[in-house]
Amino acid sequence: MASRVPITVTVNGQRHVGDVEPRQLLVHFLRESLGLTGTHVGCDTSNCGACTVHLDGDAVKSCTVLAVQADGANVTTIEGIGSESDLHPMQEAFWEHHGLQCGYCTPGMIMAAADLIAKNPDPSETEVREALAGNLCRCTGYHNIVKAVLSAAKATSGQEVTL
Amino acid sequence: MTAVEANGKWVGQALRRKEDPRMITGRGNYVDDMIVSGMLYMHVVRSSEAHAKIVSIDATGAREHPGVYGVFTAEDLDIASGLPMAWVPPGVEIKTPEHWPLAKGEVKYVGQGVAIVLGSDKYGVVDAAEEVLVEYDPLPVVVDPEKALADDSILVHEEFGTNKTHEWSIGGGDMDAAWQEADVIVERRIVNHRTAGSPIEPRVCLADFRGGSLTLHLTSQNPHLIRLFMAGEFEMSEDRIRVIAPDVGGGFGVKISHYPEEILAAWSSKQLGRPVKWTETRSENLSSTIHGRDQIDYVKVGAKRDGTITGLECKAIADFGAFYTLLTPFIPAFTGFVISGCYKIPNLSFTAIGAFTNKMATDATRGAGRPEATHLIEVMIDQLAAELDMDPLELRRKNFIPKEDFPAEVAIGIVYDSGDYHGSLDKLLTHVDLDAFRSEQAELRNQGKYRGIGFSTWMEICGLAPSRVVGPSGVGLQAGFYESSIVRVHASGGVTVYTGTAPHGQGLDTSFAQIVADRLGITPDQVDVQHGDTGTGPFGLGTYGSRSLAVGGESIARSTAKVAEKAMKIAAHQLEAAPEDMELADGKFSVKGSPDKGMTLAEVAGGAYIPENLPEGMEPGLEETTFYDPENFVFPFGAHACIVDVDAETGKIDISRYVCVDDCGPAINPKLIDGQIHGGVVHGIGQALYERIHYDDEGQLVTGTFVDYALPSAADVPSFETDRTETPSPVNSLGVKGVGEAGTIAATPAIVNAVIDALRPLGVTYIDMPLSPQNVWAKIQEAKGSAVPPDPGKQGGSFDEHGSGSAGSGPTSPSEGGGL
Repeated sequence: MASRVPITVTVNGQRHVGDVEPRQLLVHFLRESLGLTGTHVGCDTSNCGACTVHLDGDAVKSCTVLAVQADGANVTTIEGIGSESDLHPMQEAFWEHHGLQCGYCTPGMIMAAADLIAKNPDPSETEVREALAGNLCRCTGYHNIVKAVLSAAKATSGQEVTL
Repeated sequence: MTAVEANGKWVGQALRRKEDPRMITGRGNYVDDMIVSGMLYMHVVRSSEAHAKIVSIDATGAREHPGVYGVFTAEDLDIASGLPMAWVPPGVEIKTPEHWPLAKGEVKYVGQGVAIVLGSDKYGVVDAAEEVLVEYDPLPVVVDPEKALADDSILVHEEFGTNKTHEWSIGGGDMDAAWQEADVIVERRIVNHRTAGSPIEPRVCLADFRGGSLTLHLTSQNPHLIRLFMAGEFEMSEDRIRVIAPDVGGGFGVKISHYPEEILAAWSSKQLGRPVKWTETRSENLSSTIHGRDQIDYVKVGAKRDGTITGLECKAIADFGAFYTLLTPFIPAFTGFVISGCYKIPNLSFTAIGAFTNKMATDATRGAGRPEATHLIEVMIDQLAAELDMDPLELRRKNFIPKEDFPAEVAIGIVYDSGDYHGSLDKLLTHVDLDAFRSEQAELRNQGKYRGIGFSTWMEICGLAPSRVVGPSGVGLQAGFYESSIVRVHASGGVTVYTGTAPHGQGLDTSFAQIVADRLGITPDQVDVQHGDTGTGPFGLGTYGSRSLAVGGESIARSTAKVAEKAMKIAAHQLEAAPEDMELADGKFSVKGSPDKGMTLAEVAGGAYIPENLPEGMEPGLEETTFYDPENFVFPFGAHACIVDVDAETGKIDISRYVCVDDCGPAINPKLIDGQIHGGVVHGIGQALYERIHYDDEGQLVTGTFVDYALPSAADVPSFETDRTETPSPVNSLGVKGVGEAGTIAATPAIVNAVIDALRPLGVTYIDMPLSPQNVWAKIQEAKGSAVPPDPGKQGGSFDEHGSGSAGSGPTSPSEGGGL
């Protein structure tokens, strides 16, 4: 067993101190050490994006980040952006526009979409589709996901979305 | 007293889903989210060989690894029976190999389980598994189903002396007459290549054997059947086993089957006295979870000069891989059931011939045999139209079963419940201006740009199933196919519904609640739908084959109607009115015309559970159970149009428009229907353009990760235009038909026909899927008469192994060249 490394990570505003194997993936640290199971694993190769979280404000695939690389960082997971009684606008939009079916890719998809909107508040449909190309969904055919993201983006400016 | 009429307030509403709040906040409850005290992790050591004798397995190093609790092989397993296959077709000899959870003496495909390692650390157990040393003595391999069927083929199972599994036929009319009457006969070899269902959640199980009972949390589409199988394997009474499918992250058919790992985890838990969890990796999912399709269809269609189809014949070579899973050899039969498509064809013949190969099993994935049927029929219609020099839509219209013929018996003896094929095509054409398209197409062609339009007028058979038709003495499945439900009104008026279906993304918590709410005068919020737990509801058959609404929903509608009837009697009694003078209006069981003289469901329930004033002889309580076995299947249908642009220089295809008109009967929740269609169509686009499970000639899986197996991303597909017609089914009281597989069943021929339409000026008249740039480009070169270099994506083998070369094109990347 490899020696363990102490890390301090702030996740959803809560400071956590842990001892991890140097090879432990951030996604496993979140899911298994912290019990934040909203972040999912869907592939072994960073293709599906079900594990997407925000690391110091940027969307990353937490299956491709080592827990030790998050030492000293701020991580936000799906559990940290809103709650059932206080939904994030992106969560609200996914619900309203039926942007999810089985729900497995959804947390990663919402985190990737929230990152897009934070950086590009008024994306085109093509920009949304390209920004989400690293997040796979097998249920929705993406139509309603794209609609949800555009709607969340336009909500503040009061524009209508037709798709 | 007549049945209580549903008030129609909630059914038909595009409500947002009850399931979503937990899922959008990361509070879903999937099997891999569960961690139990003392839990061990299981890792499966899998075969790296496609066909080999196992000379030795040395687990010494693995056993010494810290935190390892056990390493086991087939020799250690003491279970009563192997993995089940549920089809025993009467009068058909079918070769069924023993299928054990771990290989016994010989491996027959890459990814087959050889040993398991149990350990306390998630990563450590994988390290230990690296130290299980398996020595193989390689044997020759066969991967091509047609080569496997040749007399001198290498055998997958020596004991059978052949790789041919069985031959099964269905037909009607007289094929000799069909060809004699035909002025034109078109024949094609159509390859429907192997794909992977690919739910984003892989398979996971958590088995806990304690006190002589087993609890198994499982990513399953049918937990009740899994419980039944495990009772046999472990020689236990079913009541000592509880199988729970909590939130399941998609299925697409691949989570119907019973798999080795759930047996291995349960057995290990029993052996070691610890809970055992196994989580599939994506690589394992691609190598060791069932694949779909893999059918080579030899199709012949004949027609008179005026377009009247005289007959259609199809011989399907189905590649089953090395072993059967639950329904493997039955899947091509589904192709046969809908071989008539939307058309009145007097003479039909369908034969399925199965082949063993050194590959993973094929089984049901979204559509299961019907996408293959629609593909071959709808592609052949276009091929025939070209031969007749006729408009493909005119040819369709000429042969459509007319609306007035329903219920319509087709030549193979199946009775379609209802349909309006002209109607859906007409509606589609209100969205697609074909004349305008043709002039635009001609203009673009002058500029050297190739745009095409393709159609698919599809139908399918779903709502599985009338037990008498598909059961042991019918088609031969060893099960009933009814669906169960309990509708329980609690004393305070809340309602819990137990359904035997096992949804995994379909939104049934919401649509079922809408059905119940209308019939009890309450809101969907007051209805809680429970499923997926064998410890709660009655025996159920699960979710697959677009059955949940048409069979499970109808079961719930019937249970609810019984509850409403009892509630009405209680209300009538307490209000001192005659039951026939009562109605359900404005949320109250009330006296007709006197809305103030009525009782809410909560008031009635209070009376039912504190039974001081019930009608003479009535039992207290307010709940009802139904086991509903349908009289017939249901037959959804529709018309899709696809417009593509093909880059003739690179072969790259861009879908610029996709329009769907679908008919699944009256909508319960239109939002959910559209969602199913979008997802289904993209599943079809995936097969048509990008996805392909590919084994090389040595039986090595080339497409073993999502890097190589190309699922479409948001950047690869368009938004969709959807519309509906509503033709009720006479089979159930809701009038509903299934929609979960419809998009996938419909899509591939629309795309292929569009690409052929685009490329006809270049001389391309036919092409097989997947329409990778390589494949399309090669086809264009071939049509031009240019020499085509060998496909670099294809390991070994000739370019033309699967006929057109398409199946030989290697992994494709959907995003390649997509401007990403």
